[in-house]
Amino acid sequence: MPLFEAVRLALATIRVQKLKSFFTLLGVTIGVMFLIAVVSIVEGMSKYVEEDFIGRFLGANTFTFRRWPDFDGPDSEAEWRAMQRWPLVYKDDARYVVASLPKDVRWAIETDGRAYASTQYARPRETMLYAVEGDYFQIKNYDIIAGRAITQQEYQMGANVLVIGDEVATHFFPNLNPVGRELRIRGVPYTVVGRIEKQGSLFGMSMDKLVIGPLESDLSRITNPRGDIDGMMIKMPTTTAMYDAMEEVREAMRGRRHLRPAQADNFSIETSESALREFKEVKNVMTIAGTALPMIGLVVGGMVIMNIMLVAVAERTREIGIRKSLGARRRDILRQFLVEAATLSTVGAIIGIVLGLTAAKLIEANTPLPAAVAPWSLVVATMLGLGVGIVSGVYPARRASRLDPIEALRQE
Amino acid sequence: MQTEAAEAPLHTTAERQVVVAQDGAPDTRWVIVTRGIKREYDMGGEVVRALRGVDLAIGRNEYVAIMGPSGSGKSTLMNILGCLDTPTAGEYWLNGTQVSRMTDDQLARIRNKEIGFVFQTFNLLPRATALHNVELPLVYAGISAETRKRMAKEALERVQLDGRMHHKPNELSGGQRQRVAIARALVNNPSILLADEPTGNLDSTTSEEIMRVFEGLAEQGQTVIMVTHEPDIASHARRVVVIRDGVIASDDRRETFVERHGL
Repeated sequence: MPLFEAVRLALATIRVQKLKSFFTLLGVTIGVMFLIAVVSIVEGMSKYVEEDFIGRFLGANTFTFRRWPDFDGPDSEAEWRAMQRWPLVYKDDARYVVASLPKDVRWAIETDGRAYASTQYARPRETMLYAVEGDYFQIKNYDIIAGRAITQQEYQMGANVLVIGDEVATHFFPNLNPVGRELRIRGVPYTVVGRIEKQGSLFGMSMDKLVIGPLESDLSRITNPRGDIDGMMIKMPTTTAMYDAMEEVREAMRGRRHLRPAQADNFSIETSESALREFKEVKNVMTIAGTALPMIGLVVGGMVIMNIMLVAVAERTREIGIRKSLGARRRDILRQFLVEAATLSTVGAIIGIVLGLTAAKLIEANTPLPAAVAPWSLVVATMLGLGVGIVSGVYPARRASRLDPIEALRQE
Repeated sequence: MQTEAAEAPLHTTAERQVVVAQDGAPDTRWVIVTRGIKREYDMGGEVVRALRGVDLAIGRNEYVAIMGPSGSGKSTLMNILGCLDTPTAGEYWLNGTQVSRMTDDQLARIRNKEIGFVFQTFNLLPRATALHNVELPLVYAGISAETRKRMAKEALERVQLDGRMHHKPNELSGGQRQRVAIARALVNNPSILLADEPTGNLDSTTSEEIMRVFEGLAEQGQTVIMVTHEPDIASHARRVVVIRDGVIASDDRRETFVERHGL
């Protein structure tokens, strides 16, 4: 019997017995649905992190020099304890580092904190504060859409001026042009000189609730009361230049801190790659956990299919007898029932894929989690459906193929 | 109603005795030769001997009825002749090939190529159309879909059912269903048409109609073997073999049989 015919026969059986088929397929469908949903979410997150998130933290050819790493955290408690003893990084360190680098680098110092801000137009609200210096706006790719950036003089004088994010502007200055107006933070008045383009959100956190001011302004009393800095970002024209610069910074800092060759660095230098590396580990764990659970569903689904196929063989004994009397060999009957089980299961898998994709889209629409469909997961899910069907169909199909035609024909 | 074909010379009893007594393959005039066929069943320790040495020779183009009361072993004989079962002892030569020692799959091929079954209960697939039912043996013969369809249509035309080929069994009358089954049995051009109580589930008018179909086929040269327990149905055949207690009790021409039973 040709394969196509066997598949058609199986599909007809599903159509005729809709409710029974629904329950038969439920296990496989749910298994595949979760598989697809989980993989899509994990894939979506990783795509987001790789293409968007990391780029926003650290652009191309940019690395950070900080006291502590942003991404590549300690692997053990001992390491964590050692990190607690790492010296603070000061503005002088940053200057020293810049002096060791070629003239065409772009660099920026960044320290952050959070505090309540207020205006006469709106209720006070917490905002992110960034006290910065250097080529901060260029490195961060912040486009000024109103007013201007902070000038060199303002950085030097530590003027109390701010460039504000989109949400700060709309909240504190409803229907007003914020440029030239006053924003108070912990009672200190600052003049808004510019506004940056809307940045959107990241994992549900708004990237627009921020104000940026000069490092030497009164903001630093909040962001770095001890006088140290979180760290700095350095952007090089090319990737090669970036790796060279990283080495130079490392050597300069090791020299400055009098580290012996056997001693490890007591500061952190990171590129977006270290962030990616860290994230990939997380992603692998999520993928394994996310696929192991749906497998249980598939196993249960396989057992259900096996049972249903055994019932089908019992119900259709006479049909098997007729087919055998007309010349069907064992392998013809075996194939018919195997194809039927495989078709059932594959249909279940396909329904599961559709539901899984729908679930992923629903999750994406209602939570900050992004979703992206991984093409391989669709192939794997279909193959899994097919595989589960074949495995669970073998036993019933063998039973059918070994029926004695005379006995089978006698059955009512 | 005696026709010319029915008066064609039958093989003589002497010839039959010779071919049965021989060793090895019979010549091509014989479709079926059995030599001392025995079939025993083990029913929970007790051995039931359904056939106790059946010698039977059936020539090409014969129209034979196998008759006997229930329990006589005629169903067992039919199963063996139809290659659904193999004998415990003895030889069965079908069309010059010994089939008594074949494996399941070899028997399946023989059933597919050499035998056309017509059952009392029609045994059509309920969810398939008449056409598809007739196509089934060709499916297992590995014939392409197009040829299959053409051959199935031709077979349905032979039983005057070409107007109903897209009907399912439950949309057909009993007589029509049996004619679909006959078309299915004929579609592979089998060596023998093996009918098991073909009229058992039909009323007398329809029975007559089906018997006329068999008669027509026999006239066209088809070898027909019909198993029945009804003497008046058996009397349609040109030769009647009566089985009793697992052995052949009598083997007569129709005329002798009719006379003896006073039909």
